[in-house]
Amino acid sequence: MVKTSDLDVAYVAKLARLNLTDAETKLFQKQLGDVLKYVEKLRAVDVSDMEAAAHAVPIFNVFREDEPRDWLTAEQALSNAPRRANGLFIVTKVVE
Amino acid sequence: MTGRKDLPALNIAELQSLLRRRDVSPREVLDVLRARIEEVDGKIDAYLSLDFEAAAKEAEKANVDLPLGGVPIAVKDIINVAGQPCTCASKILLGYRAPYDATVIRKLRAAGAIPFGKTNMDEFAMGSSTENSGVKLTRNPWDLSRVPGGSSGGSTAAVAADEAFGGLGTETGGSIRQPAAVSGVVGLKPSYGRVSRFGVVAFASSLDQVGPITKTVRDSALIMNAIAGHDPNETTSLNEPVPDYTAALGKDLRGVRLGLAKEYMIEGTDPQVKSAINRAVKDLNSLGAEVLDVSLPHTDYAIAVYYILATAEASANLARFDGVRYGHRAENPKDLLDHYGRTREEGFGPEVKRRIILGTYVLSSGYYDAYYLRAQKVRELIRQDFAKAFEKVDALISPTSPVPAFKLGERTDDPLQMYLADIFTSPANLAGICGISVPCGFADEDGQRLPIGLQLLGKALDETRILQIAHAYEQSTDWHKARSPIAATLPKA
Repeated sequence: MVKTSDLDVAYVAKLARLNLTDAETKLFQKQLGDVLKYVEKLRAVDVSDMEAAAHAVPIFNVFREDEPRDWLTAEQALSNAPRRANGLFIVTKVVE
Repeated sequence: MTGRKDLPALNIAELQSLLRRRDVSPREVLDVLRARIEEVDGKIDAYLSLDFEAAAKEAEKANVDLPLGGVPIAVKDIINVAGQPCTCASKILLGYRAPYDATVIRKLRAAGAIPFGKTNMDEFAMGSSTENSGVKLTRNPWDLSRVPGGSSGGSTAAVAADEAFGGLGTETGGSIRQPAAVSGVVGLKPSYGRVSRFGVVAFASSLDQVGPITKTVRDSALIMNAIAGHDPNETTSLNEPVPDYTAALGKDLRGVRLGLAKEYMIEGTDPQVKSAINRAVKDLNSLGAEVLDVSLPHTDYAIAVYYILATAEASANLARFDGVRYGHRAENPKDLLDHYGRTREEGFGPEVKRRIILGTYVLSSGYYDAYYLRAQKVRELIRQDFAKAFEKVDALISPTSPVPAFKLGERTDDPLQMYLADIFTSPANLAGICGISVPCGFADEDGQRLPIGLQLLGKALDETRILQIAHAYEQSTDWHKARSPIAATLPKA
């Protein structure tokens, strides 16, 4: 018995900070419902003894000395900013 | 030797020998390539941007005695090349110019290669047909009514149409090998960690790799020699010695053991693809390789695992597109939520939105264990399948794609069908192993010849071995000499 997914596209879109039109919400609800039905097949696998693999190869923290290195200038870092002034990124107002 | 219009028909090794004999200069090569692109790219639409002025400056001072000296290389538009656009074929990055070179570009330049243009792709590399590009469609040089595969379809189409000598692509779940197969060129996905992703826009960080797209296996090895190796700027980059990838080319296949997985003999594989692979297996056998049956029992779960992990990681990686530091920003937002919501709505295309939603869902509270954690555990089972198979064999053989190039528009309404195009390729990304696709025949569809690719999978860091096998196979057949109709308009000297 395949469990019907309780995906609520409109709610998840809010979590993802992504506005969707009503038409997109409806379409994704159907399409992603199909994808979730497809991935239900993973429930059949016995994973009780398995470790989760975040990567295919063992990856460890990599440390280096905290020394200054040449990198982008402030001008270069700001070169693609949608809005900028006085060497800063201008953001949308966060507090009243 | 000016006016040699046929130069773009050459592969990298052939071009290099002309350059080194001083029969042609890097500048002439670039000028002829530019003319070729102007002539044919209106039909193919492989390129998103070109910068021949910067490239010409490089060409003037190129040292042709370097490993790739004076060789122009096409670059997928997900890789930062200083001063050039890097849009990932997304509206959210239109107008963005890369402030620095990705490590792979820095390494290519150090080897003498010249980046000159950025190629089309599925938006943020999400797709298998390049139809998800937010900019334009790219056409398959073998049949202009069909897709070039994806997501690196711009690079594979450019190489197949002789409007690039070679190129770079990226893979998360087959995005180099699958388009290489259906475009009739060679595509290599290196092992996870072998090639630096620093400066490559991240899609799914536990899966992404950069690799070469070329006309021949030797060219693939030449590019690997330039781009492989440790990068202190990337924590997942492996600090392992880089072999000479051309060293084993030309060695025969006696004593080589190849595995044929019964799980890869699936229904839904085109009969013409099946018969091409069967013929390739016989050819490899007659070259001295031993062919054994192996089992990869968890293959059927790979696509499900892939779409959970890749979308989860993508939803996190794409959070950086917030309209603050770069890229598109919505006009006159009334508050911060409106700023984010509309910036991303206006900037992302449908497939990217779909995957952000799916990825956010599988990571969300209450669903994480059922989807994400379970998928990571099944991923480990898939990795172990390969490890067991590689105890018996040196490499695995399969089709690269279950079907030849499909028609433009044929699968766009059904994401799940599109996802299944990655069925033979995505397991290698999950397991972190290396894989290559080489041309192995043609399917006949409506009187058109459509390329078929043979996939060879090797152990992690065993690129040398799959290059050796692929090269031996390639050199014993004529498939790599076949040229797309649009390439065949160019006489080959």
